Amino acid sequence: MLYIKCPYCGLRAQKEFSYGGDATVKRPNINEEVSSEDWDNFVYMRKSPRGKHIELWQHIAGCRQWIKVQRDTATHEIFQTAKVTEEIR
Amino acid sequence: MSQPFRLNKEGLINRNKKISFTFNGKKLFGFEGDTIASALIANGIHLVGRSFKYHRPRGFFGAGVEEPNAKLQVEFNGHSEPNVNATEMELVEGLSATSQNCWPSVNFDVGAINNFLKMFFPAGFYYKTFMWPKSFWYKIYEPFIRKAAGLGVASIEKDKERYEHKFEYCDLLVTGSGPSGLASAYAAAKNGAKVILAEDKPRFGGTLLTDDVSIDNLSGKDWAEKIITELKSMPNVTVKNRSQVFGYYDHNMLVMFERVSDHLEKKSKFTPRQRLWYIRAKETILSTGSIERPIVFGNNDTPGIFLSAAAKEYMKVYGVLVGKKPLIFTNNDSAYETALEFKKNNVEPIILDTREEHSSELIDEAKSKGIDIRFSHGVIVANGYKKVKSAKIGKLNKDKNSFEKIETVDCDCICVSGFWTPSVHLASQSGNKLKYEEKIDAFIPDKKKQHETSVGAANGSFTLEESLKHGFENGSNLSAKITETKTEISIPNVNEKKYGAHDKFWCMPLPKNENPKRFVDFQNDVSVSDIEIALREGYRSIEHVKRYTTLGMATDQGRTSNLNGLQLVSNIENKIVPEVGHTTFRPPFTPITIGTIVGREVGMEYMPTRKTPMHEWHEKNNAVFVDAGAWKRPRYYKLGSETLFEASKREAKNVRENVGICDVTTLGKIDIKGPDAAEFLNRVYTNAWMKLPVGKARYGLMLREDGIVMDDGTTTRISENHYHMTTTTAQAANVLSHLEYYLQIVWPELNVNVVSTTEQWAGAAIAGPKSRDMLSKLYPDLDVSNEALPFMGYKEAEFFGVPSRIFRISFSGELAYEINVKSDHGMFMWEKMMEVGKDFGNQPYGTEALSTLRIEMGHVAGPELDGRTIPSDVSLNGLVSKKKDFIGKNSLGREAFNVESRQKIVGLIPIDRKSSIPEGSHIVQDQNAKLPNPKLGHVSSSCWSVENNNPFSLAIMKDGKNMIGKKFFAVSPLKNKSIEVEVISSHYVDPEGKRVRS
Ligand SMILES: [Zn+2]
Repeated sequence: MLYIKCPYCGLRAQKEFSYGGDATVKRPNINEEVSSEDWDNFVYMRKSPRGKHIELWQHIAGCRQWIKVQRDTATHEIFQTAKVTEEIR
Repeated sequence: MSQPFRLNKEGLINRNKKISFTFNGKKLFGFEGDTIASALIANGIHLVGRSFKYHRPRGFFGAGVEEPNAKLQVEFNGHSEPNVNATEMELVEGLSATSQNCWPSVNFDVGAINNFLKMFFPAGFYYKTFMWPKSFWYKIYEPFIRKAAGLGVASIEKDKERYEHKFEYCDLLVTGSGPSGLASAYAAAKNGAKVILAEDKPRFGGTLLTDDVSIDNLSGKDWAEKIITELKSMPNVTVKNRSQVFGYYDHNMLVMFERVSDHLEKKSKFTPRQRLWYIRAKETILSTGSIERPIVFGNNDTPGIFLSAAAKEYMKVYGVLVGKKPLIFTNNDSAYETALEFKKNNVEPIILDTREEHSSELIDEAKSKGIDIRFSHGVIVANGYKKVKSAKIGKLNKDKNSFEKIETVDCDCICVSGFWTPSVHLASQSGNKLKYEEKIDAFIPDKKKQHETSVGAANGSFTLEESLKHGFENGSNLSAKITETKTEISIPNVNEKKYGAHDKFWCMPLPKNENPKRFVDFQNDVSVSDIEIALREGYRSIEHVKRYTTLGMATDQGRTSNLNGLQLVSNIENKIVPEVGHTTFRPPFTPITIGTIVGREVGMEYMPTRKTPMHEWHEKNNAVFVDAGAWKRPRYYKLGSETLFEASKREAKNVRENVGICDVTTLGKIDIKGPDAAEFLNRVYTNAWMKLPVGKARYGLMLREDGIVMDDGTTTRISENHYHMTTTTAQAANVLSHLEYYLQIVWPELNVNVVSTTEQWAGAAIAGPKSRDMLSKLYPDLDVSNEALPFMGYKEAEFFGVPSRIFRISFSGELAYEINVKSDHGMFMWEKMMEVGKDFGNQPYGTEALSTLRIEMGHVAGPELDGRTIPSDVSLNGLVSKKKDFIGKNSLGREAFNVESRQKIVGLIPIDRKSSIPEGSHIVQDQNAKLPNPKLGHVSSSCWSVENNNPFSLAIMKDGKNMIGKKFFAVSPLKNKSIEVEVISSHYVDPEGKRVRS
């Protein structure tokens, strides 16, 4: 079970969180024209990297904040966690 | 009642307490502190089971977790448990053990014929033999394999025992209480660290209990006891015996299996049988020791053949002799200790040492005691079927590939030692890439992967001095980093015997024309020739050899066979072992019970139960409940001998004719506040929200970004910047996370807060033509007229003195209202409604009637919003704004969503107006068409229309709207039904929606 550091609550067990997918995907702006290709990329296309991956998790059984987690998809090592407003470098 | 192989004094058992037990029906006794194995050996019993494939007689081989053979069916404390390791299970009064894998008995086993037909069972036998024809699998192969290869029998009784889970955090977890483990735990404890010390066996001390050593002038055993006593007295230390750390998971999470009370006869109802510990450790010391390696020789699986350290442990811990005429067969010095222990107990051993004549401390001691030592010797083949009677031994030539002399010697046991294999399972599980250590011909942990530090024999240090030193140092350094305290500890003086070098020799050659089986893996019956076959047939990767031969795949995970297997492959392939590589270690280290994994999550505790504030009333009034997620909802209220069908029909009819009330507390409720709330709702829902006035509700539809309908519900504007959203019961949690996602990540600029208020409000729907009359009695001071409180209107008012919210919304399609009060007032509200409602023919209705009402109205719910439908599929395209943007809008333009023939919601009625259409039925043109019959759609919801008094269903059907008026068949192969149906509009009752507005 992963041990995830919520930037608001501290280290918590994985079972308090739910997974939210790639954190680098940006939704096209609302009320703006978007090409079919950009929209499809946003809705469907995801990379499945082996290695470092910046992803979203929500602390559902805690503060309910969505957070960013940089994790190695092969080893599960977590390098960094951050608020969604913060950058992961 | 005598125990012929019990020594008079030796051992750590309690000779004052006799314990009776049975083995294969025979009454026996042992002592408190015995394992099943030690008690049986004391009684001279060695034949305990039959092997998996050839049904060969098998006895004990080890004295602990390394045991590959002695797995018994054991009944104790009211359970029957299969595959119990006899070398680990402690004796309890009344225990009854039976052999597995033999029929009709362990002494006469029909399956042993396999042993004579062994050409049928070579490596890859299962792959090669049971291949064609496919149909044979079902009737012939599988039953045959199951019958022939059974292990124990799982009980089908309900397990009445209690199992627990525990979560624990510590600075340092120490896995194993041998010398290095004790030293680590002690040093860390002295630094003030929070320490957990776990020992798999009942007794602490590991090899200190059996090795002839002294520490600070105390015997190993006494020193261990001293340290344990001190550790137990420290508040920062948890010391656990009978506890095995079996898994090393991500982020330093280790899982431990504690046998709390299997060894106790009497216990309270609340004493758990076993406990699973989830331990999150900052640092981990892996002091798991090592396991002795066998040397492979002919018929080396005969009962009476032991690992040499196990033989010593039986003497020193249990006061039991594994034999009285022992042959010690070794490639190293450690077996000499076993020989000396035999000698001490007046038993004359013969030592066969594969090494050439040389000298070492132990060899010299054995010589001085007059022990018969034969160098350059080894066992070629053991004789005896159910027990060793003699052995053919040979003097090896210089190259150790043939014999200079062969003779037969009498013996009743053979104690074999092929040096030591560090137990690296946990280190490997942590992700540590192991490295091969030439010096000890075994793998040891490499660079740290998580926070694991292997010490002592687990790290390849086979001297006590080194183990203690590493233990103290690592325990101290690792904990000092955490506690920032360092207490100096002087490393004790150690007295131990020096071992000479071992011989790199693990497999005895065979003389010409002799071909006895030489087993590498006992539990899975894998022999040297199986490995040779696999290699000959082209298997190269060790992982493939493993799977093809099943080497190391049994429940003992190849603890005594892995390295010998690798060594064999390396010899045959002419590769060094590290090139061959090793197979992967996976948790659990030893088998653990299913009960422990499940813990207390059984029956009522399987998942949380959510009850509405009115639950007790429902119970008292014969509600039959249905699970809606974790919620319990009344499905119907049973009157007399009513069936579900009768009751739901009555309840639904009463709503259509009079008035009914329904507990709708379970609907998801989300409170939405903030100046941008309207803008937010406008983006979340497909329809327009900017102009909803205060005091009005609106039905809303939300999509996922891929255009699929996610949920529906009503949202009410309570005040300027305050909304009350309802969701379906099933989607409540998802919708909240969905809203939070958009507010926190996508549109953080919107000033809106959302919070779940599902638990805060109790809700009741009042539905039916008489609902307004009833409402006016519930709110005598309120104007509830159609003008004052129109459809989709909202009011706040006191309900007999308690604050309440009144929503004029309808799910049933009737004139209806929903009242919300604080949860604490829910029961009060409900009882008041029942009281006041009497005059109007009010009856409570459950989810079944609720479904009937919504289905015949054509209102969609979960079965239609099944994650595959877009708004136009379910006739909700009227709610999709063309003017504004919203979540998922861009996807609605997808080509496939806009083809004319796309699935659409329709209604179905049976031509005979009688046959109910099973939900899930497929709609087909021709019920007799050749399979696969082209599917035109499926039946999503079915009911008995109380309005029209015949069955009615909703269906999702290809090009549905153009099918109206046509006839098809609804076929349900599951129910073996085919019903001719006519397609009609999905709005079967009140298609104009007049009633809700009346
Ligand atoms: Zn948090």
